[in-house]
Order: sequence, then structure tokens, then C-alpha cells
Amino acid sequence: MNIHEYQAAEIFSRFGIPVNHGKVCATSEEARAAAQEIGRPVVVKAQVHVGGRGKAGGIRLAADPDEAEAAARQILGMDIRGATVHKVLVAPAVEMAHEYYLGVVLDRASRRVVVMASAAGGIDIEEVARETPEKIVREYADPLLGLHDYQARRLGFALGLEPDLVRPFAALARQLYAAYVAVDASLAEINPLALTTDRSWLALDSKIVLDDNALFRHPEHEALRDPLAEDPLEQEARAAGISFVKLDGTIGCVVNGAGLSMATMDAVKLYGGAPANFLDVGGGASSQQVATALRLVLSDPNVRAVLINIFGGITRGDVVAEGLLEALRTVEVRVPLVIRLVGTRQEEGRRMLAEAGLTVVDTMEEAAQRAVAAAQGREGRA
Amino acid sequence: MSVLVNRETRLLVQGITGREGSFHTAQMLEYGTHVVAGVTPGAAGREVHGVPVFNTVADAVAATAPNASIIYVPAPFAPDAIYEAVDAGLPLIVCITEGIPTLEMVKVYQYVQARGCRLIGPNCPGLITPGQAKVGIMPGYIHRPGPVGVVSRSGTLTYEVVWALTQAGIGQSTAVGIGGDPIIGTSFIDVLAMFQDDPETEAIVLIGEIGGTDEEAAAGYIREHVTKPVVGFIAGRTAPPGKRMGHAGAIISGGQGTAAEKIAALEAAGVLVAERPAQVAELIRKALG
Repeated sequence: MNIHEYQAAEIFSRFGIPVNHGKVCATSEEARAAAQEIGRPVVVKAQVHVGGRGKAGGIRLAADPDEAEAAARQILGMDIRGATVHKVLVAPAVEMAHEYYLGVVLDRASRRVVVMASAAGGIDIEEVARETPEKIVREYADPLLGLHDYQARRLGFALGLEPDLVRPFAALARQLYAAYVAVDASLAEINPLALTTDRSWLALDSKIVLDDNALFRHPEHEALRDPLAEDPLEQEARAAGISFVKLDGTIGCVVNGAGLSMATMDAVKLYGGAPANFLDVGGGASSQQVATALRLVLSDPNVRAVLINIFGGITRGDVVAEGLLEALRTVEVRVPLVIRLVGTRQEEGRRMLAEAGLTVVDTMEEAAQRAVAAAQGREGRA
Repeated sequence: MSVLVNRETRLLVQGITGREGSFHTAQMLEYGTHVVAGVTPGAAGREVHGVPVFNTVADAVAATAPNASIIYVPAPFAPDAIYEAVDAGLPLIVCITEGIPTLEMVKVYQYVQARGCRLIGPNCPGLITPGQAKVGIMPGYIHRPGPVGVVSRSGTLTYEVVWALTQAGIGQSTAVGIGGDPIIGTSFIDVLAMFQDDPETEAIVLIGEIGGTDEEAAAGYIREHVTKPVVGFIAGRTAPPGKRMGHAGAIISGGQGTAAEKIAALEAAGVLVAERPAQVAELIRKALG
């Protein structure tokens, strides 16, 4: 789960990390008032769940309240890589001596949490990793003991910091690691981490991505969710326990299993179509869940055909058929439906669908071809 | 032969009285798996489908001598169930549970490794040696005994590929679902090594998906150590970056973990990569000559 910069900064602050405190504003008037209160030049920053805000014009310097208001007016409502800006953060502009990077992330390859630092801060760290990987230094935290003090210090020395700066930097790295573990993050990042002209450390941008699997033990994180930042269909799916990702194609997909769902999308593409979504109804999907899935997919106006691909394992064919029939009774299906059903109790499932006048195809390839043909308005078999 | 499970497998089911545990115990028994015991704290003395239930794994081990455990315990309690199985000395632990916090798995992985146990999963369908033992939730009837080892990060996609193999008359030595989480106990490389050493496995199917770099690591291993033909399939060619595609581990992040990179790495290692699941069977047929 993604959260906003200002929310991440609040969390970091609780762990003792010095952050550049600002004010969250939803209108340009509020931004003006915030700048007034701060009383010196400010930076106005779009609060969105996507990267690359700066390049997109979502971060602006403002010398006074007038400029802050103008900047906020420009940024609010702006579209940044598909995300609409509803809030800005107004924070004091900071005199920097140098920009660093400090991040904590799961390293899947080593199956450990890694703390990374770089003296090439302020820019896209992925770009640094790609082009000048030697500029990133790393320490791997012990899974049971965490990040040792000496490891944190070693990061500071490896960055070439002056001796008096190493200890405060190490403290910061330990605080960031502590925050990462405490909130169950999958990423915690300060970029840039500023060394100010008066030789103190200040987190200028804060980022946290929370581990979805751990949300059950952090009920407090629900309050961090921004309903405006999430696609309404994706919200509805989540409430129903369905994995759903909205895409921009025309073929709605209802599939059981994540891998099979991706493979189904790929098959649609392979035969010249474009998937409208990723959707995994999950294991042991109830009739209600399948019905909800179908309703979700059909509520996308771009959808011209729906492909249902169910390979039963835990999900029984007759349960799926029942869900489909129930959904078809309550949802108006305005597009062609192609159903592929294999697995446990498939004969019962197929018979139930056949009795309702629906046809079921044998293979995933045939189902994808037919769905593509149907979406393109071509009748008959592919 | 086969890998990991066979006729000699004596299985313990942790969480046997739950809905999933009970349902799949019946399914595994029906397939012919020797399910010797179950564990649910506080349920000792009960029986589930004729299988005796114990309060603790240690009690079950003392009474019935299992050599593998399968876990159907909900995510908040699953790490504890794994620790209990490890401490009771079970050499093979299969965790079906989805949704375990990643940082818990970082600890679990370290603990399991340090004690020399083999953990499969979590968030996996389990594994099956057709005709011998089914230790998982996959439909048994889609499999048949034969020479192809299957290893996959997915559940239903594995069934799809296995079904295509079986329909083409090609059986499987063992099919292992290693799981869709970012941290899993057993990697592609571990299973590839087992298949390479198994005299009854003549060809290998590797089913990967977007996210992480395990497929790239597997490609490197194949180039160096695997002499048997390998056919691959990678799901998620059409997946957008930054979005989690169902599985916690299926996400392209920081430009890393794309299907294109994985396919390129596998092809560079001499793996035949199928464009669609059914094509895996065609490529395997050619590979087996």
C-alpha cells in the first residue's frame, strides 16, 4: 500500500528522524496561508502516489505567499502519470550543502532487508543503480538482530562523510531501519536526505510503501489510505477480497489464480487484443465473489467482451458456474461472454452453464481467440 | 524416483480441523497420500477423516513418526506453525498459507536455513509426485506419472501447464509449486538441482512470473549445471510496472522483474520459452525427442 509523502514524514518523525515539517493543503488559499505562517521561501509539492513529481512540474519553489498560492493553483488538479493531485505539501525551502540518499528495502535475492545509501542523492536512485552502481553502498540487516551500529557507521564512512557527521548519520540510518520494521514496510526512503549549510541532517522527501500482507496487524494504517488516490473499481474489489488491477484494454478478464490471470492477459495480447484488467477471484471463490468479479469487470465502459477462465483446484467448477449464473441474473451483460471452465467437478459446472444457454470452450487459447474476435465485433469462431 | 515426496512420505497436517485443512486432508487421503497425523492446539483426541489429531507437533511426531508436514494455518499464526514443525525436526515443511507478513518470512527463512530444514512456500499449491503422494491443494487427476519435472511460482497456472502435458500424453516426475511470495523457502535453483540429480526426470518445466530476479538466477544455474532440457513459461508480459499482480511477489519495481528480462535470460541459457501455456507441452515433446 502506498502512502503520501506527508504521512511518511509523520511516521519518520515519530522515530526521531528530523523531517522538513510542512502543512498539507487542499486549496491554493490554504497554501497561501501556510506560506504566510512559515514566513520564508517555501516549496510546494504535489502529494501523489507516483514518482517523477519533479519532472512533471509537481514541485515548485515559491518566494512568498503570492507565489505559493499560484504554484498550488497550478499543481492542484494536475495529472501526474495518471494520478490527479488533490493535496499539496507546503514546506520551508532549505539551504542544502549536499544531497544524499538513504533507503531501506527488502532484497529478495538475499532474502534480507538491505539499507542503502548514496552520495548521489536527490535523483532517481534506480537511475543511479543502473548507471553508476558503485555510487550506492549497502549493508544487510541480520534478520533476527537487525542493523548493527557498526554497519550504520560503515555506511557513513563508505559515503566519505567527514568524521563528525558519521555518528549522526548512523543514528539516522538506525532510526530509518527501526521505522521500516515497526510499520512493516516494504520500502522506506529519504531522497534527498539533505546535509544543510549548518551541517545538520534533514529528510526533505519521505517515502514509505507498506507491506499489504502485514496490514492485518496494523489497523492504524487504514487511516493512511487515500480513497481519492485509488481507482474506485480497485477499492470495490479489495473490499470483496478480489485482486484487481485496472488496465486500458477492451477485454475484461475473470480468472482464478494470479499466475493464470497474467497468462490469460498475455494470451489476449498474443491474439491481437488488449486486456481491460487483471482479476484473480482467488481460491475457494464463493458464488458471491464470482458475481462481484463479473459485475466489477462489466462496470468498465471500455469492456467489449468478457473472458472467464477458471481452472479448478480449490475452486470447484459447480461453485463457479453457480456464481456465474447468479451474477448473470443480477447483472445486465451487454457484451459477449466467453467461458472456459476446467477442473474439479467441471462436468457439473459445464452442464449448469449449458442448461442456461451458455457455451463453454475447451482451451485457454480458444477462449482468448474468441474473446478477441468478439471484442473486435467479428462474429463466429476465431 | 522423484523428488521430495513419494510413497514413503508420512504426512502431518497442521491446522487439520480447519475448513481448508479438513477438506484437503480428505482429498490427499483419496489420492493415496499417507496422512498419519494432524495438529490443532486443543483438539487432541479427535479424528479428522480417520486421522488422529494432536495438540502439538512434538506429540504427533512421537506417536506417528511423520517425515513431512503441510500447513493450512491462517497467516497470523502460520510462522509459529513453521517454527513448531522445524523444532520438532520435520525435514520437509510445506506452507500453503497466503498473506504472511514479509518481515516475518525474512525471520522464518533464516530460522529454517540455520536448522537444515526444507520449506516449500508459503503461498503455494504444494507438490505432487503423481501416482505416489499429493502434498498440496492441486487437483490430483490432472497429473500422471512420467519423466517431466515441473517447478513453478504459481498455482492454477501450473495446473494449466500440467494438464496440457497430461493431455499430450506426457507425465510428470514431481510438480513443485514454490510459491508466489517475495520470500519463499525453496527457490527455482534448489528444485532444478533436485531434478538434475533425479534419474527419472528427463526434462524440466520452469514456470515463472514477473517480480524479483529468481528466474534470472535460475537461468545462470541452468547454464552452468543443468544438462537436461528445460522449457520455460513466464507470465506477465502484459503486466504494468508498479502494480502488484495478485501474488505479493508479482510486481515490477524499479524497472526490475519484467517478463522480457526473464525470457531473455532464460533463452540465453538455452531454455526454450513458450509463448502460451499449451505450447510448453509441444516444446517438451520436441525436447524429449
